[in-house]
Amino acid sequence: MYENRAVVTGIGVVSPGATGTKAFWELLADGRTATRRISLFEVTEEYRSRIAAEASFDPLAEGLTAEQAGIWDRAKQMAVIAGREALWDSGLAVQPPPSERVGVSLGSAVGSTMRLEENFQRLSSNGAKWMVDMAHEPALYGYMVPSSMAAELAWECSAEGPVSMVSNGCTSGLDAIGEGARLIWEGVADVVVAGATDAPISPITVASFDAIRATSPDNDDPEHASRPFSADRNGFVLGEGAAVFVLENLDRARTRGAGCYGEISGFACRSNAFHMTGLRPDGREMAEAIRAALAQARVAPEDIDYVNAHGSGTKQNDRHETMAFKRSLGAHAYSVPVSSIKSMIGHSLGAIGALEIAACLLAMCNQTVPPTANLRVPDPECDLDYVPVTAREWPIDSVLSVGSGFGGFQTAMVLSNTR
Amino acid sequence: MTGVGVVAPNGVGTENYWAATLAGRTGIAPVTRFDAAYGLHFAGEVSDFDAASWVPGRLRAQTDRWTHFSFAAADLALRDAQVDLAQVDEYEMSVYSASSAAGAEFGQIELTNLWSGSPRDVSAYQSIAWFYAATTGQLSIRHGMRGPCGVVVSEQAGGIDVMACARRALGAGTRLALVGGTEAPMSPFGVVCLMAENRMSTITDPRMAFLPFDPEAGGAVPGEGGAFMVVESVESATHRGVHAYATVAGYAATFDPRPDRDRLPVRSGLRRAIELALEDAGCNPHDIDLVFADAAGLPRLDRLEAEALNQVFGKRAVAVTAPKTMTGRLFAGGAALDVATAALALRDQVVPPTVGLRRRSEDYPISLVAEAEHRPLRTVLVLARGHGGFNSALVLSGAHR
Amino acid sequence: MSALTVDELKEILRERAGEDEHTGLAGDISDAEFADLGYDSLAMFEVSSEIKKRYRVALPDDVIGELPTPRGLIDYVNQRLAR
Repeated sequence: MYENRAVVTGIGVVSPGATGTKAFWELLADGRTATRRISLFEVTEEYRSRIAAEASFDPLAEGLTAEQAGIWDRAKQMAVIAGREALWDSGLAVQPPPSERVGVSLGSAVGSTMRLEENFQRLSSNGAKWMVDMAHEPALYGYMVPSSMAAELAWECSAEGPVSMVSNGCTSGLDAIGEGARLIWEGVADVVVAGATDAPISPITVASFDAIRATSPDNDDPEHASRPFSADRNGFVLGEGAAVFVLENLDRARTRGAGCYGEISGFACRSNAFHMTGLRPDGREMAEAIRAALAQARVAPEDIDYVNAHGSGTKQNDRHETMAFKRSLGAHAYSVPVSSIKSMIGHSLGAIGALEIAACLLAMCNQTVPPTANLRVPDPECDLDYVPVTAREWPIDSVLSVGSGFGGFQTAMVLSNTR
Repeated sequence: MTGVGVVAPNGVGTENYWAATLAGRTGIAPVTRFDAAYGLHFAGEVSDFDAASWVPGRLRAQTDRWTHFSFAAADLALRDAQVDLAQVDEYEMSVYSASSAAGAEFGQIELTNLWSGSPRDVSAYQSIAWFYAATTGQLSIRHGMRGPCGVVVSEQAGGIDVMACARRALGAGTRLALVGGTEAPMSPFGVVCLMAENRMSTITDPRMAFLPFDPEAGGAVPGEGGAFMVVESVESATHRGVHAYATVAGYAATFDPRPDRDRLPVRSGLRRAIELALEDAGCNPHDIDLVFADAAGLPRLDRLEAEALNQVFGKRAVAVTAPKTMTGRLFAGGAALDVATAALALRDQVVPPTVGLRRRSEDYPISLVAEAEHRPLRTVLVLARGHGGFNSALVLSGAHR
Repeated sequence: MSALTVDELKEILRERAGEDEHTGLAGDISDAEFADLGYDSLAMFEVSSEIKKRYRVALPDDVIGELPTPRGLIDYVNQRLAR
């Protein structure tokens, strides 16, 4: 279909429990969980879910200035830190491409929600004033309109080609990478810095998930609270983080001798058009997205070596997704290893898809499948091989990663080994 | 493009909007939503919008005004395109919307509930009403559209960027797409955010409030509303026997290099966006009969736009118009409304005016159209710049070509 | 504290979850299922939150699912109020 191919030549990660791709992979391979009691704000008993997967990075140590750390929303900070790691990792600076041929595609579900909330508190005297005070904070507009984060990343990598922010809720991560790959497939850009970021661990977001009972209330045992596919799962654990990639035209990458983590070989989106938060158990639309992504990648179901699940850990998601795998992969669904890293790093909404792609690429690199942590009580309705507890060495040449999000978004992406 | 639906400050409903626009009737008026205590005296408010006639009660409770506008515009577009959605395969329909401020008012209400009350006072609908993807999600559900759907945030440029998403989807299995964007930023916290970077006009004289391409321009006036379009594959439109307003012929997006300390651009990628869009459309500059300008209303930005136009087309060589002088800048709804207006212009072979023009300015040697006029229009260029450096250009070619 | 009535429940539904113009809550809805009336799980969380506020009766999550009709919900709340 397309003449151009898109490969990943650089990865950058800021994750709960790990800053940088090396530490990120170590956490996943060890099966460690980064879910703890919330520390980013004072979480009182009035919150139903008082746990989260927080990233513990030091902005100054990661190269940001004091001014940037003070003004930038946390999501922007993580995006730029991850972006810098990806750029450095790719070695692009040695032979930088023309700016007009560099694009950016950044995903985020909730933008600068933390700074918006902080400023709201300040300007409304903690909600007392509907007519809030006038602010003298120029950054306030950029907090409300999150494309400002994509702009920052574009300045960071001198991108003057197409730059945009994708905000498709919880599939933003996969979708931003997919859109970035498209720019390369279509020949509009030679390099795209693509990824996603979200920093939603703040009162309003925690309270909004409390209100719909979506998050796990296992406050006394945070480390085991995220239990995708487990019979006793009881919701997702909110997380934060960012993962950014340098996507590059394969020919260009080869010409300059760049190392490739893998190829984005398939990408497809569908919508369940059913309910803003609910999922029907049949998983049909996700199955359609999977079929379409496999078709584009020209990969048969049986050739998929690893499936990185959405696996948020809600009763309905994990059941929905299991059905989607069975519908689309047939008998192979029962033999392919499937795992959810949300078991370890929580659900960072728009960012998680990008973090999951990082995990998939690193899995391919290391020929090891990361586990689904905390899976000790199997659910008869979720009867696939979810790689419980311990990472597994496994030959991986093709990976399928899926995502699902509020609003009905269903996305599938196929990654192929380029070695 | 087979259907157009508009909700605008100077007209709810496509033909209402178009008639008002051609007559030069502005929807910009003194702010009524609340005390103009923020220095913003004028805005393009949509004052006669009855959400109940577009959105059923239960959906109204779980969505922001921004989404209500989208429901209305989308309904109007679907009716205009005379689509029977039951006849289209669910997986071959897509929704793409531009977002900017998203559910500003709903979000402020819930933030107030939390901070003046307790976390338990936050609504179960907050998680689905405020976020940037809410409108696309709700439209997809309402109309049973199961193909690829998405949301782009590039501020004012978003409405053009989503047209490109739709065009791409149409080339890859989608037959019909609902595309566009709306904005509803007029809640106190929303407006305070809008005013933060001194790009909005605080001028008190209504004749001077929003004067793009005037040396005394003092900023833009914000507005609410926007537009949705039905865009189909040629094959689908032919099969259904429906007339098209226009074809999406070309598109390009570029990004400006890092701005200066005042957050104003030092160089602009707008010229390149125009040239790439023309190239994509297989057009030369002299093929363009009309340009819908971005019209930021700030001198440096206006100058950069005028320069870009002159570099591509030659001084005063192409007709330029900015009907947003009658609505204000609508951000996520802005470029969508401009695209809708361009489609109407192509349908009726009429150039909509720019209002408030005071005198021909040597500072900006471009030909602004001050009164509606009939003119042969085959190909139109729509420009939009999103704050931060986003430049998008769309070429539409009419059926009359 | 006076008991929860159907009319009051209707008011709560209208206020917190909206009411469609045509289908609506007119007439006797006591034995209709909330889902059939168009009120999904999110709507029921809103109702539950309002009932907690007005009557100080909590509706645990597992209980909400077992009270699919207005009659069931009203009886549950009023039983607890009577204690």
